[in-house]
Amino acid sequence: MTDATHQHQADPKIAPRSLSDGAFAWMLITPAIIFIVVIVAWPLVETVRLSFTDARLGGENYVGLANYQELAESRKFQQTISRTFFWMFLSVGIKLVLGLIGATLLNAAVPGKALFRVLVMPPWVIPIAIGMIGWLWLYNGAFGLLSGVMQYVGIVDKPFEFLAYKRSAFYSAIVADVWVGTPMVTLFLLAAMQGVSRDLYEAAWVDGAGRWYRFRRITIPQIMPVIVSMALLSAIWTFNSFEIIWILTEGGPRSATTTLIVDTYKTAIANFKFGEGAARAVVIVFLLATFSLIYLFFLNKVNKHYGVK
Amino acid sequence: MMDRYTKLQMVGIYAAMAVFLIFILLPFFEMFMASLRPLEHLFRSPYQFWSDDFSFQAYSDMWETVPLLGRYIFNSVFIASAVTSITMLIVIPAAYAYARLDFPFKSASLAMFLGVNMFTGAVLLIPLYRVLSTLGMLNTYWAMIVPGVAFLIPTGIWLLRSYLEKIPVELEEAAYVDGASRMYTLRRVVLPLAVPGLIVVGTAIFIGAYAQQFLFAITFNQTREYQPLPAGLFEFIGYQSVTWNQMMAAALTGVLPVMVIFLFLQKYLVAGLTAGAVKE
Repeated sequence: MTDATHQHQADPKIAPRSLSDGAFAWMLITPAIIFIVVIVAWPLVETVRLSFTDARLGGENYVGLANYQELAESRKFQQTISRTFFWMFLSVGIKLVLGLIGATLLNAAVPGKALFRVLVMPPWVIPIAIGMIGWLWLYNGAFGLLSGVMQYVGIVDKPFEFLAYKRSAFYSAIVADVWVGTPMVTLFLLAAMQGVSRDLYEAAWVDGAGRWYRFRRITIPQIMPVIVSMALLSAIWTFNSFEIIWILTEGGPRSATTTLIVDTYKTAIANFKFGEGAARAVVIVFLLATFSLIYLFFLNKVNKHYGVK
Repeated sequence: MMDRYTKLQMVGIYAAMAVFLIFILLPFFEMFMASLRPLEHLFRSPYQFWSDDFSFQAYSDMWETVPLLGRYIFNSVFIASAVTSITMLIVIPAAYAYARLDFPFKSASLAMFLGVNMFTGAVLLIPLYRVLSTLGMLNTYWAMIVPGVAFLIPTGIWLLRSYLEKIPVELEEAAYVDGASRMYTLRRVVLPLAVPGLIVVGTAIFIGAYAQQFLFAITFNQTREYQPLPAGLFEFIGYQSVTWNQMMAAALTGVLPVMVIFLFLQKYLVAGLTAGAVKE
């Protein structure tokens, strides 16, 4: 389309425009650029600078790489990194599987799917902080529904506090994170499925291909590019998922749910160690950027494989 | 035909839908049930599924326990509306530029916008605090509006761009031929055609703005009168006792505005949100 505009610009029949494409475009994007520079880019530069200092409430001194060195030597921090990646892979994996199942159900030609589509969305629509109040209560041992049902059925014989033990707290937080993230994944995969040409299915159907075969050999390959890009977006959000963990457990018990973003917040905001917090923030950005680049390289290959430009 | 299901398959589909919905709706159900229980029955152990004294008392008491509750709900809607308006004003021209024009550093600047998605506010809180302090915005509505806008701009551009690309370019060319200026063409030719897309992107941004207030509110705003609902809810956690039933009632009441908007616009929203995804 941009080519078309260019040709016309050269066309003498059209009145010459006062601005060139480039100048006009930059005029249009300048307000957006200003916002991003002031609110995101500049603070990012500032974060990098702070990461070389020991900034606290009182003041700051340049300390070189001391903050990073401390992180590199800290076993706890290494555990936090691996915990964060584990958190991300597990949660995104579940979201993708559930999203794929949800989208397939929504794509099925059955009565009532419009209602189903509306009812699946609320976790995405409401503020995370409010959804988490519901989960907090669900996970409560003495008064919550889950523990109540488990006692009733006989899985446990006394109230079970989901958020009090390291393992159960971690997996409970994963479930809540999956709850928040699944609707969006479902929605995007559904859209992708609706974009697949019906002719493909009909041709396969005429040839006697069953439903499962059509799903595996037509649906999945056709929507693969969307699955792959959705996975990256979801991975970034999950990696940075803060409110869910903060409201449910504040990173506890005994750091069991402390991911990098929680650790950064705790260090910088709760303990006022701005410099050390900034170094953690830089590590997050570095890890995410590296992960994304590797992933995009992989995405490129997948797209080529499936013939998408 | 191809789309017909056997009875067994139908049962399977509905059963799977039911399980899915139970998972999604469980927290809402739990919040609703808790909001109906009198406070003293909330803390009854062992767990009771049914109490015979369910009532809507909490829905009227909550306004007295937290007198500013109405204000908090208003603030949430107000902040989200302000963020949406400002974001749209900034995103519309930018998305148009990326959809239609060719210019130096086009892909580099677009990549920069999309890269913003990689940072959440939580990473940048400390310097952001200083920036907002320098701008004199701390403890005002702006403290929640300005960062809100910045973090929604990339999504807005991404969504609206793919929408604008679908509008036939011929109409704009016709306007140019008739001697219309670029700005006039954007305002009078492109925007009217893009109204469905603008509604979709506006709704998505409103939902995002409604959802993301918590972190900015607790970090950048100490003024109680300006607090949005998610932050204000924590006032139910009092010094003496936590009125959980009222907190649940308030939470459910507070999401009504955004749920109503979603219900009205969900049909367009689903179609429009996904336009970008399908294309790529």
